[in-house]
Amino acid sequence: MNKPLRRVAIFCGLLVFALLLRDNWVQFVQADSLKNNPHNRRVMMEEYAQPRGDIIVDGKPVTGSTTVSGSDFKYKRTYTAGPMWAPVTGFASQAFGSNSLENIEDKILTGQDDRLFFNRTIDMITGKKQQGGDVVTTLNAKAQAAAFNGLGSKKGAVAAIDPQTGKILALVSTPSYDPSTIAGMSKQDTANWTNLKPNDPDSVMIDKALRQTYPPGSTFKVVTAAAALENNLYSNVDQPTNSPLPYTLPNTTTELKNEGNIPCQNATLRAALQYSCNTVFGKIGADLGKDKMLAQAKKFGFDQTIDTPVRAVASNFPTSMDKPQTALSSIGQFDTAATPLQMAMVAAAVANDGKLMQPYMVDQLRAPNLNVIEQTQPKEFSQAMSPATAQKLQQMMETVVQDGTGTMAKIDGVTVGGKTGTAQHGLNNSALPYAWFISYAKTAQGSPVAVAAVVEDGNANRDDISGGGLAAPIAKSVMEAVLNK
Amino acid sequence: MSTVTNTTTISSIGAPNRRNTELVLLLFAVLVPVLAYANVGLAKDGSVPGGLLGYGLGLGLLAGVAHLMVRRFAPYADPLMLPIATLLNGLGLVFIYRLDLEPAVTTRGLGGPKAPGQLLWSALAVAVFIGILVLLKDHRILQRYTYISGAVALVLLIAPVFFPAINGSKLWIVIPGLGSIQPGEFAKIILAVFFAGYLMVKRDALALASRRFLGLYWPRGRDLGPILAIWALSMMILVLEDDLGSTLLYFGLFVVMLYVATERTSWVVFGLLLASGGATAVGMTSGHVKVRIQNWLDPFAGIAQHGATEAAQVLWSFGSGGVLGSGLGQGFSRLIGGIGVKSDYILATVGEELGLAGLMAVLLLYGLLIERGVRTALAARDPFGKLLAIGLSSAMALQVFVVAGGVTGLIPLTGMTMPFLAQGGSSVVANWALVAILLRISDTARRPAPAPASSPDAEPTQVVRL
Repeated sequence: MNKPLRRVAIFCGLLVFALLLRDNWVQFVQADSLKNNPHNRRVMMEEYAQPRGDIIVDGKPVTGSTTVSGSDFKYKRTYTAGPMWAPVTGFASQAFGSNSLENIEDKILTGQDDRLFFNRTIDMITGKKQQGGDVVTTLNAKAQAAAFNGLGSKKGAVAAIDPQTGKILALVSTPSYDPSTIAGMSKQDTANWTNLKPNDPDSVMIDKALRQTYPPGSTFKVVTAAAALENNLYSNVDQPTNSPLPYTLPNTTTELKNEGNIPCQNATLRAALQYSCNTVFGKIGADLGKDKMLAQAKKFGFDQTIDTPVRAVASNFPTSMDKPQTALSSIGQFDTAATPLQMAMVAAAVANDGKLMQPYMVDQLRAPNLNVIEQTQPKEFSQAMSPATAQKLQQMMETVVQDGTGTMAKIDGVTVGGKTGTAQHGLNNSALPYAWFISYAKTAQGSPVAVAAVVEDGNANRDDISGGGLAAPIAKSVMEAVLNK
Repeated sequence: MSTVTNTTTISSIGAPNRRNTELVLLLFAVLVPVLAYANVGLAKDGSVPGGLLGYGLGLGLLAGVAHLMVRRFAPYADPLMLPIATLLNGLGLVFIYRLDLEPAVTTRGLGGPKAPGQLLWSALAVAVFIGILVLLKDHRILQRYTYISGAVALVLLIAPVFFPAINGSKLWIVIPGLGSIQPGEFAKIILAVFFAGYLMVKRDALALASRRFLGLYWPRGRDLGPILAIWALSMMILVLEDDLGSTLLYFGLFVVMLYVATERTSWVVFGLLLASGGATAVGMTSGHVKVRIQNWLDPFAGIAQHGATEAAQVLWSFGSGGVLGSGLGQGFSRLIGGIGVKSDYILATVGEELGLAGLMAVLLLYGLLIERGVRTALAARDPFGKLLAIGLSSAMALQVFVVAGGVTGLIPLTGMTMPFLAQGGSSVVANWALVAILLRISDTARRPAPAPASSPDAEPTQVVRL
């Protein structure tokens, strides 16, 4: 009986050996992929096992962390002035993931970034818990507050940048939401999340300053004017433009109209921008043709996404259109659409003598021990136009604020240039128009701020909606905040 | 029969009884779980748990009394089995205690903390262990109860059909007010006794009176009848009870014992044919089994729609543990959830918290225990003892393989408990009883044979060693 017994002994040994092999396969070969499987709850538990690093504005964190009891996830995100900063921070939720800076800089905030490897190792050896790094933003708390309070209960968005560096100073979208209310995973958080309708195209969670494009209306005339000067259509801003009134769109019988009875016949470029002449700029667009207009728009950043590093959607200048459509596009109608950030970039390029800087909102990434692990250096986005052209445009835009549609943005003792816009949209322009204002302020040291504000005010009287009336005061208060007025 | 004695690997005369080896090993077997227990407390609350002394003394006392009884009643027994069983049982208690500290898997609905109950069951199990050593003076006594064993095993297997199913399987006999017992755990021992007794008598007939067909010797129908009937019956009952794991275990046990008794490979072929036929039939018909096979083939299917399956959670547990594990008390195997985490899936906690290293060590402990059992079978001098020892050891081997293989995803998951480690009263009692019988056989096997009578008158009548 012993021969079969020995074979059974070998068989039993093989069974155990098979188990050992399998165990090695699962716990060694496949271990990493199992461990990091996105559905493995441990991945998220790890993420929330220690307080997240903070997002910092002007030296003060606008985020925080608090412990939650009775949950798999130990720490929960908190936000100070959540609704105001939501377009910058985004949210980090235990249940619903994250977006915006919270998402893009997640590895720094959780301490998982490769560049924090050394810190993690030290923490592991010294028995400390892993710590998250901080994200230091370029934002200006006062400018942000000015924009947020300026928009108040109105629906709209503001983007402000420093023309000389590209630093984003303000990024506001209203109505907003408080990311604190969805940071956890309780029933209440889930109800709040549902109420925010995250999948609705009109959700309050959409950062309108970066993610929503609006027809820019007359503010786009600055781009058209730049194209006219760059292409030597006119050499002087005070030279008559030889434009008729009424003006019929080329190849059609449609007359392009101005808003009201304004002196646009044969107006100078300066006067045309001052009074916002559709006829003049429509003709310029048609005369230049779509290729030259498109080239100029692209230099300002149209038709491409812009990573700040939070991605701004591409603003649109149509790439294929006929002559009358080119004319309409050149006054910010037809399919032209721009984000508030894009229009702030237009103003910034003019203010910075033609040199457009890449907009960015993360100044530094900091290790938990405050060592800087990444410092963003300002870099040029494009030379949008020659300095000469930029200076001519500055004269024109300053006239707009001094004597034209933008007088509401005047600031004592500071040179301000701007352009209003009242963008018609909807079928046959039936929807309430958007009020736009783009502007910059200039001091002896160059321009410290360029702003774009857009207001969609559903409650306003249709005739009261104008860039000069609704949007200009907001832009003004943002500029004042930056100038410390 | 005569070949038996000649190939015995253990010299029977003058063998040291190894009781002191056992004592030293037992010290470790008690110390390791006690330290593990302290470790759990330190990891969870930063302090040594208050129950440490009681736990240490309890385990030490159980091991000590068991050791003294072995010393007294089975002095030549194998020195490794008791320490291994103690170590596994002690570790099991630590893991159950550790999981009791997770509120998510210790809700009232799940029966609250399980460790105190398990400690009581362990005490009872050691009492049964001692009882067997004291009362069962010779394992050959069991041979007398061959057919009674067959009947009892049948009753034990059938009984759960008449009780309500728990967690989808009809494995329990519920005694109101007392709790439930899992008769299948005891059935495996009693079936082994029956098979051993029956095969010992019939082995010659089964081995010799056979027909040659297709190059193999096939048994006659009349020899096959009774065993085939028992097998078919137990298979049927188990399919009715929806417990594939036990079916596999009993059938495997049956084939191994037949093969050892008859030394005929044809039985293995015959058994494998029956097994694959049965498995296919069950796999095709039983919805319960179908689901398990699907979960085995793709544990991550449908996660987006209806969440992770237990199979997926178990794999994540193992993977997250990695090579060295998270450390006791620092894993998240509670995510597996439900009642199984302390019983069927206890290995997942071992794997996650002790890592590949720890789980391999535990598997090797089982391997060692099994091989000591097989060695006992080799050493045993009587065919009944040999058959019984190999039956019990291979039952243990198959159970370990089916459970650990199922949990690690080597084979489809079937509901069974890891001997000694898993929470479950019947399981711990049955496995201690199993070890007691193995110790009794090994004691008989290793006991020095009576010295040959010195009287020259006795010369013609030599002692025949069986």
